[in-house]
Amino acid sequence: MSDTPVDYHQMWADLGLDLPMHDALLEAVGGMYGATFMSQANRPEGMGYLDFVMSEVHGLRIKELDDFRKSGGKVVGTYCLYVPEELIRAAGGWSVGICAGAEWAYDQVEQILPRNTCALIKSMMGFKLGKVCPYLEEADLLVGETTCDGKKKAYEELGKMQNLYTMELPQMKRPKDVAFWRSELVDFIAKLEELTGKKVTAEALKASIKEVNDKRRALQRVNAARAADPSPISGLDALLAVQVAFYDDVPRFTQMMNALADELEKRAAAGIGVAPKGAPRILITGTPMALPNWKLHEIVEKAGGVVVGEEMCTGSRYYEKLVDEDASTLDEMLDDLAEKYLDINCACFTPNTGRIDDIIRMAGDLKVDGVIDYALSFCGTYQIESAGVAKTVQDAGVPVLRIETDYSAEDVGQLSTRVEAFLEMVK
Amino acid sequence: MSGENGTGPDVRVLGLDIGSRSVDAVWLGGGKIVDAAVADSGFDPASVAAAFVERGAHDVIVATGYGRHVARETFGASVVTEIKAYAIGASALFPQARSVLDIGGQDTKVISLREDGRVADFEMNDKCAAGTGKFLEVMAKALGFTLEELGAESMAAESGVQISSMCTVFAESEVTGLVHRGEDRGRIARGLHESIARRTLGALKRVGASGPLVFAGGVARNPAMVELVRAGFAGELLVPAESQIVGAYGAALSALAGGGPQ
Ligand code: SF4
Ligand code: SF4
Repeated sequence: MSDTPVDYHQMWADLGLDLPMHDALLEAVGGMYGATFMSQANRPEGMGYLDFVMSEVHGLRIKELDDFRKSGGKVVGTYCLYVPEELIRAAGGWSVGICAGAEWAYDQVEQILPRNTCALIKSMMGFKLGKVCPYLEEADLLVGETTCDGKKKAYEELGKMQNLYTMELPQMKRPKDVAFWRSELVDFIAKLEELTGKKVTAEALKASIKEVNDKRRALQRVNAARAADPSPISGLDALLAVQVAFYDDVPRFTQMMNALADELEKRAAAGIGVAPKGAPRILITGTPMALPNWKLHEIVEKAGGVVVGEEMCTGSRYYEKLVDEDASTLDEMLDDLAEKYLDINCACFTPNTGRIDDIIRMAGDLKVDGVIDYALSFCGTYQIESAGVAKTVQDAGVPVLRIETDYSAEDVGQLSTRVEAFLEMVK
Repeated sequence: MSGENGTGPDVRVLGLDIGSRSVDAVWLGGGKIVDAAVADSGFDPASVAAAFVERGAHDVIVATGYGRHVARETFGASVVTEIKAYAIGASALFPQARSVLDIGGQDTKVISLREDGRVADFEMNDKCAAGTGKFLEVMAKALGFTLEELGAESMAAESGVQISSMCTVFAESEVTGLVHRGEDRGRIARGLHESIARRTLGALKRVGASGPLVFAGGVARNPAMVELVRAGFAGELLVPAESQIVGAYGAALSALAGGGPQ
């Protein structure tokens, strides 16, 4: 970390970014970050790493990707946690989750996509059309997946602008679906080998399974510490950790998160928290919150609550399940991978009752006072699940607030009132 | 449980409900209402509130409504949300109340209460003026009625015209179209009230509201709305004479130890 800021404009220009617009984006995100994160009281010291990573989100990390590619490496961009990072790494590539958490270039997006498309998909297109995402431009291959209809069809449009490969994800979880998904993993390996020119060996895959599991384990530790009252880390900071997990260097991130977890465990043991003991503890469930979507967490925590868990893809669904590490042959590893990935509970599947079980279990483990069900507008899958989720959770004796929103700031005032009233109610 | 400030019943409290259409104030002394006032928000609700702060003596201020945070910064007021304020205010006026409906100038809220008066569940209309006092104002204008006439004409009509849109913008053109087609204006007025009532009753059902239901807010003074909600709700309906100050009253009571049911 040097004191004089490096000027990355040449690198961004070489990537074909729209420099004035990109400067505007960086300024906006930097401002949001400062206002949202740096103003929090009593943060763990370990968050310094994530502050640094965020300050270099389009700088140093892009430079690393750039250098990696110049030395022959390939970068693969993904949009969903079903796309196995283990395979990408085993083929010698790096996986980066592409963010889609800010309203950008909607005017251009709406020339291609209908207005009633969810914010995540609009943002995914907006970052491409607006030429402001260096991760996208560093990606040698983008990987889509047949999850919800909106994404599935939007990938067709994105594929017209960039090299994109789509994996077919089944919609059910029967044994024949697992077998089919496994065959998709085999095809994906072939695609990756063609891209990187490297063979996926049992040895390499075993190592990458271990490496990615280690990352998940570190996040499990960070999140387990949130069961303490008071919580030693804010919901905002814990959410940020998972958001960064999608694109940071794997071994380094794992090491830093373990260090953070050490600190959190000490804080929890000493009763040090970010909010007073007894502050309302909230579990958030629903659609993923891609970087830099911090809206709901910020509202909850500014209103005096503390978010202690996220049952979402930028949360427990990302780190909770591990791939079995005992396999020695490629075949066995593929079985294990297929099984672990199809065990993620996403609303694109039917039935998806496992998600409700997860919510109830987390609500108990984390001793929450209330659950907020969060859905992006026009996200049919999560919105339809919302009523059933609310009913089951309420029947289990935990109050629920259902929120539908998008990335704009227009409804922050009204959402704040509802969230404050909910916190008053559960207190 | 003790109030926000752990204060005794003798303290003088000013309760402010700062909304986008009106600013309501209640002054408490010895736990009782000693004065109350309602004023138009105008373009600067904060200065309307400031005038109330100047007006009478008080030891503490509690603010609710969308301007509550401004009041915290400007007058050092404590804050409670509208939901909590209405729950306390309605329960204080009617201890037997089990639910609250507030149709204000810009928003609608429904609250179901537990037996001890605490909030069990609530819903607020989120983003638009659909079905609020503002909606009725716009429609009255489109029909060439005053607000009072709108309610009276609706009461007089035997049946209502079906209005399909709840969005203020669309409903306004729908109403204009109906007038041009020669529809009876009283029946249109009735249809508008019926569609708001339907929507409101749906929200009450969603939060599991049971009677007695306290109907607060400016629109509770509209007899046509009261009649329709009463007809559609499976329980007793209570309309406080002070329907417009329930929020300010609840906010003020929240400051008193044991003053509110919360
Ligand atoms: S919600 Fe489903 S489709 Fe979306 S990222 Fe998560 S797993 Fe993928
Ligand atoms: S939020 Fe919903 S609609 Fe949007 S991409 Fe995810 S599953 Fe699809």
